[in-house]
Amino acid sequence: MVKTLKDVKPGETVTIVKYHHSGDVELRRHLLGMGFVKGTKIHVKKVAPFGDPIEMSIRGCDICLRKDEAENIEVI
Amino acid sequence: MTKLIVGLAGNPNVGKTTVFNQLTGMHQHVGNWPGKTVEKAEGYFSHGDYEYQIVDLPGNYALSAHSIEEIVSRDFIVDDDSDVIVNVVDAANIERNLYLTVQMMELGANMILALNMNDFAKRREHYINIDLMSELLGFPIIEINAKKNEGIEELLNTIEKQAANPLNTSEKLAYGAELKEHLDELQELIEKDNDLLDVPSVWTAIKLLEKDSIVIQKVQQSPMSSKIMVEVDKVSKHLNDIYNESSEEVIANARYAFIDGLIAEAVDKPEVEKPSISDRIDNVLTHRVFAIPIFLVIMWVMFQIVFTIGSPMQEFIDAVFTQWGQIAASSIPNPYLASFVQKGLFCGVGGVLTFLPIIFLMFLCLSFLEDCGYLARAAFTLDLVMHKLVGLHGKAFIPMILGFGCGVPAVMATRTMEHESDRILAMMLIPFMSCTARLPIYAIFTAAFFPDHAGTMLMVMYLLGILVALIVATLLKRTMFKGMSAPFVMELPTYKLPSMKGILIHTWEKVKGFIKKAATIILAAVVIIWVLSIFPLGVAYGSQQSLLGMIGSAVAPIFAPLGFGTWQAAVAIIAGLLAKEAIVGTLGTLGGLDEDDEEGITSLVRETFTPLSAFSFMAFSLLYVPCIAVLGVIKQETNSIKWPVLMTAITLISAYVVTFLIFNIGTLLGFG
Repeated sequence: MVKTLKDVKPGETVTIVKYHHSGDVELRRHLLGMGFVKGTKIHVKKVAPFGDPIEMSIRGCDICLRKDEAENIEVI
Repeated sequence: MTKLIVGLAGNPNVGKTTVFNQLTGMHQHVGNWPGKTVEKAEGYFSHGDYEYQIVDLPGNYALSAHSIEEIVSRDFIVDDDSDVIVNVVDAANIERNLYLTVQMMELGANMILALNMNDFAKRREHYINIDLMSELLGFPIIEINAKKNEGIEELLNTIEKQAANPLNTSEKLAYGAELKEHLDELQELIEKDNDLLDVPSVWTAIKLLEKDSIVIQKVQQSPMSSKIMVEVDKVSKHLNDIYNESSEEVIANARYAFIDGLIAEAVDKPEVEKPSISDRIDNVLTHRVFAIPIFLVIMWVMFQIVFTIGSPMQEFIDAVFTQWGQIAASSIPNPYLASFVQKGLFCGVGGVLTFLPIIFLMFLCLSFLEDCGYLARAAFTLDLVMHKLVGLHGKAFIPMILGFGCGVPAVMATRTMEHESDRILAMMLIPFMSCTARLPIYAIFTAAFFPDHAGTMLMVMYLLGILVALIVATLLKRTMFKGMSAPFVMELPTYKLPSMKGILIHTWEKVKGFIKKAATIILAAVVIIWVLSIFPLGVAYGSQQSLLGMIGSAVAPIFAPLGFGTWQAAVAIIAGLLAKEAIVGTLGTLGGLDEDDEEGITSLVRETFTPLSAFSFMAFSLLYVPCIAVLGVIKQETNSIKWPVLMTAITLISAYVVTFLIFNIGTLLGFG
């Protein structure tokens, strides 16, 4: 099974394998710009109280993303 | 004196606006970019022999065609005759910040890097070798502390030096041999058309590979277009074969590879980041259990500050203007002129000024919450609820809550949302939040018909508003706003103590904007209602014989299917456009009573309505067009007449439909 950013537990650190094309095109472009490129490390910090979105630390800054989009990012 | 135009560019939350405020103080002008809804802040000052014009560009992460903000920024760098671009960079987040820097280097912008928040970076044990970094980038880096106004003098001196000897910052940019080779091929084709050379050809080549819609459009005008586009496809396909990635990704990768190289050389930071103070604060504020109660408490405090402190000020201003109006009127012999001065001028100006305390207090609170970093956390906490329920951004929560107090500050509070579609959708829903101006209506009607269930009726009204908002949101999301759903990517900035100066300047700008733009609409509406009430000359003010009464009589039949087809009800509804609390007073004066005579109005209402038509009237008052002030402020915020007109249509239709259903289903069920 392919592991995506959506499945990562808080406290885990993972590496981006591929950003799939299945989601919103503009958002993908935006996230690429924020550093969601292959080989980048992501540290998942927290899930919001209602279970979505997810907070993560990437390249030294904290970003939150909805699970719908996190699902398109393949990680190991 | 030499004139210098300087653009301030940078990511959001890097202290760009603080630099701007430090430089320009109160000499700012906040308007809009031509033809755009994006705010443009400009400021002026002089330094030595130079007269500066500073433009605060929107905070961006990139320079793609992704959003209007990004397009505005890059157009400024590309087209405008700016002398120098100052790139404000957060030292603690330098890696992500440099991504924008690199894109400005692609444009060859005559740039200076202002490194801000160095104390933060040092606390996190990040050490930047500034001299080395500056050498690698090929342009100056100045260490500043925007909040303490340090390093600004040196920054200005550097700007002046560099304005005289512009740098081409693209020289040191290196994207690897493979990509460079293909970019060179593309550039060669692009350079054959002189019309494409208003920007560096490397930039055009990169943008084409990124599938940037605006640049593609521009290139399509060129005689070289077919050759260029064929080459672009060829290169994209080739890159895809080698890297198994789209050309956009290859470019993002190349930019980050360049940045990673810079960081490896010139930045020394710990392998594992130690938990910051922000993380510790976050452990409490976004805690699984405590986050919601804390949010509610903060909202309660904000509501109290804005409305509990603001309302008495509103009433005071209102009372003062009413009194002055009377005094002024009594000294004017001509009765019509006196009436105009009292009911047109003083009522109108007073009506505008009553909003100032709550707008001022709201922006004070909101700017504080935004600048300190809490707003983003609140949006993070509540996004799921807002998103699943109404398809709105997490940040829409605050305007909605403020809407229960007053729609005017609520509409202004939507500006915290970055995407226009989010902002406008939130604005369209605010009028359905039952604001305090509707309370007098509920009070009179429940006292007249449902005295034993006053609390329940009040609750029903609030819930009805929310329910209709949910339905309208769902409909809008499926129609007008279809596909406009803005994705939720938000940075959670580090917590910091906001600068009071910044908050005050910002609040003042907003209050000024309200007086200048929204006020004219409110004033005009007051005068129009006065004209309609007093003409034809000689009739009793606002009576059935006045123009207003005639209009009321004419439209009354439209309201008959809703249960209140009297001319008095119609006139009250029209008067309520000025402010909803006017509905009750108008019903009173039309019945020959004093507008403050609550008991009299209550019994009048009891005689002229049935319980069902009373309920129906309350529902209509809740749902129909918000007051003129809200429409005015929407016009001001969206910079377009389209949205207030649309809101008028939406609220009228939903009010009519819902009230029609209430009255007719109620009649069928035997409540008539």
